[in-house]
Amino acid sequence: MRLIRAPEGDRSAGVAAHLVEFCEQLRVEGVGSGTAELLDAFAVLAEIPWTEPQDFREALAATLAKSQEDRRIFELVFERFFFRAAEAAALREGVREGTQTGPDLAELGQQIDLDDLRREIAAAMREGAEGTLRDLARLAIAAFGRRGDGSGVIGVDVQRIRRALGLRSEPQRELPEDDPRRAGVPRDALRRFEALLRRELERGQIERTEKLPPSRPLNELDRALPSGPLQDLAAVHRVVAQLKRRLKTQGQENRGHSRHAHVDVRRTMRASLQTGGVPAQLRFKPVRPRRPEIYVLCDVSTSVTSASVFFLSVLHALHDSFRKMRSFVFIERISEVTDVFDRERDFRAVSEAIGRDAGVADVSGYTDYGRVWSEFRTLVEDDLHPRATVIVLGDARTNGRDPRADIFAQVAAAAGRTFWLNPEPRLYWNYGDSVIATYERHCQAFECWTTVQLEDFVKALTRPVHAA
Amino acid sequence: MADAPDSVQAVAEGLREVGYLPAQATALVSFLACKLGKPILVEGPAGVGKTELAKALSKVLDRRLVRLQCYEGLDEAKALYEWNYRKQLLRIQTEGRSTGWDDVQDDIFGEEFLLSRPLMDAITSEQPVVLLIDEIDKTDQEFEAMLLELLSDFQISIPELGRVEARTHPVVLLTSNNSRELTEALKRRCLYLWLDYPELEHELAIVRLHVPELQETVMRKLVEIIGMVRDLDLKKPPSIAESIDWGRALLLLGAQDIDATVFRETLSVIVKHRTDLDVVAERVGVKLDPTADLAAHSRT
Repeated sequence: MRLIRAPEGDRSAGVAAHLVEFCEQLRVEGVGSGTAELLDAFAVLAEIPWTEPQDFREALAATLAKSQEDRRIFELVFERFFFRAAEAAALREGVREGTQTGPDLAELGQQIDLDDLRREIAAAMREGAEGTLRDLARLAIAAFGRRGDGSGVIGVDVQRIRRALGLRSEPQRELPEDDPRRAGVPRDALRRFEALLRRELERGQIERTEKLPPSRPLNELDRALPSGPLQDLAAVHRVVAQLKRRLKTQGQENRGHSRHAHVDVRRTMRASLQTGGVPAQLRFKPVRPRRPEIYVLCDVSTSVTSASVFFLSVLHALHDSFRKMRSFVFIERISEVTDVFDRERDFRAVSEAIGRDAGVADVSGYTDYGRVWSEFRTLVEDDLHPRATVIVLGDARTNGRDPRADIFAQVAAAAGRTFWLNPEPRLYWNYGDSVIATYERHCQAFECWTTVQLEDFVKALTRPVHAA
Repeated sequence: MADAPDSVQAVAEGLREVGYLPAQATALVSFLACKLGKPILVEGPAGVGKTELAKALSKVLDRRLVRLQCYEGLDEAKALYEWNYRKQLLRIQTEGRSTGWDDVQDDIFGEEFLLSRPLMDAITSEQPVVLLIDEIDKTDQEFEAMLLELLSDFQISIPELGRVEARTHPVVLLTSNNSRELTEALKRRCLYLWLDYPELEHELAIVRLHVPELQETVMRKLVEIIGMVRDLDLKKPPSIAESIDWGRALLLLGAQDIDATVFRETLSVIVKHRTDLDVVAERVGVKLDPTADLAAHSRT
């Protein structure tokens, strides 16, 4: 067997140092790559020539990123890290692209016919040729640099260039028959082209200013719950897929160490009959996953809509972990939406359907908790029992109305467990018109504004219990 | 490992020759696994060719395939080894009373009385093998822990016998449908390979390989439709196996084109859930209506 080897002389210390640093950055972003993985990466690089960028990346990914989630982060960090490393080296060595190709490019920019450029880019996108696309991205930047409408903000420039090139993913019927853009360019090719544009623009900026911009940590976006109206379906899927996997694992974690805790007397006695009444074999109570009966109430007023719908989607995607589930949304009034989730799978469609049909806002559009509690009590009074769980998601901002905590207390008393999820950070609780403290007396309140917190909550909700 | 391939290209070629079209990453990781002697953990949705990869590799490397299908409740006795109680009993009985206890004890815990199960089989084989541990996510975590010794040191400890070490170095593949998180310890010992649904051209090549008689135009349309169906967020999206099955079905029916009627009639080949059927018929079936502009839709 080939042993894992430390970096050898033929590979310069530079590569090793870079790789260690890269690994360090992965860890900062939350990928659990340990020393073993790092050593593997070195072993792998002994087999793969680092001059093949695609192979190099795949080989590193195979050793360092060991799940789909990690792989996604790996890609982002890889891009960022090696781009910066190359630029830093270029700055140090004083290599400037401008000295060789700069004038040419500028000249080229003068000569390029925009229409030709558009066609060529669209054609390259269809074929998916990475190298050609990069060259074309630089040409496009050169052409636009000449026109002098660069804004200096990279994100804005990227969009301007894309628009000026008339690249869109949807079909454009008004274009002539032979134009490659007519049927729309592939969406991922478009995204890649934008990434290339962005990178080339950044490169240019680094060259001009002769220093690296500060390194940004990865966007927290996919770790926080969507808060704006632009909900991301992919985010829901990611969280749900992760939650499902974790939930499946969780029962097994608990099985080992708590198995011996509770002796099942009845079954032990029964087993003792075989040994003439001597309880030679102990029988233990099995640990069963809890499959609670759930009532969810979600505030869907504008301040917390996204978090609510997101939360509902997650719960519904996990519905097989629960025995029974009914969901309600409320603003001024309450409305049951269980069947909306049965019908629709698309996150966006669900939010639209809720916005359109639920009929929960009467006049003002402000949440009226007092009214909601009394309506909820009427709706489910007969169904609530000590094994039911009630979950409320809302910011507990009453807009100055009566919170009617007494009705809430009655509901909480009828149900076995009551949880309150507040999508606001704890810092803002009980500020302004938030009355979470009044409700907190009757239930457990959690803050829940990132996917991690959401996950912790769902875990707590389904944690296995010892069979009574 | 005399016949270990010496480059990524060689592995890719070999896999192609035995009828498995690998993506670049697949060939690369397989190559690394052979070179470094590390197990591969292959994850991905059902039906993207995880098990096929192991079979193909065994053909390429010209090794026997030892397969352990995992399921809930799988234990050492089924996976590693078991003592052959009956034979041991017979042995004790034939010995008679004259033999001392110590002799018998030494005797009955010998290799002769060991029933070897797949993992033991793979380890003790004279010829190098490819070991496939299929659907590892179906087992319990305890079983995973048991595998650790095997995967990192290629040895098994039997209390009565001592340590059994591998005579040859097996190439190990573990597959997982991603239904639960595997332990970090297991992941750390493996190279990781994520197999996803293939790109359009790649899948086209796969279908072409398996159903060569099908017309090129029909084939392309088939793959495009499958791509659309996969985008729909179904309970069970169609896998590569289903694309191939559908191709075969279309061939049998002698279809010249996939229009709305043909699609409706053969839908059940690719979609296997009642609720999914409705969704697909509604969202994709409509697009196949002859009056609609086909090209515009199928390219997106």
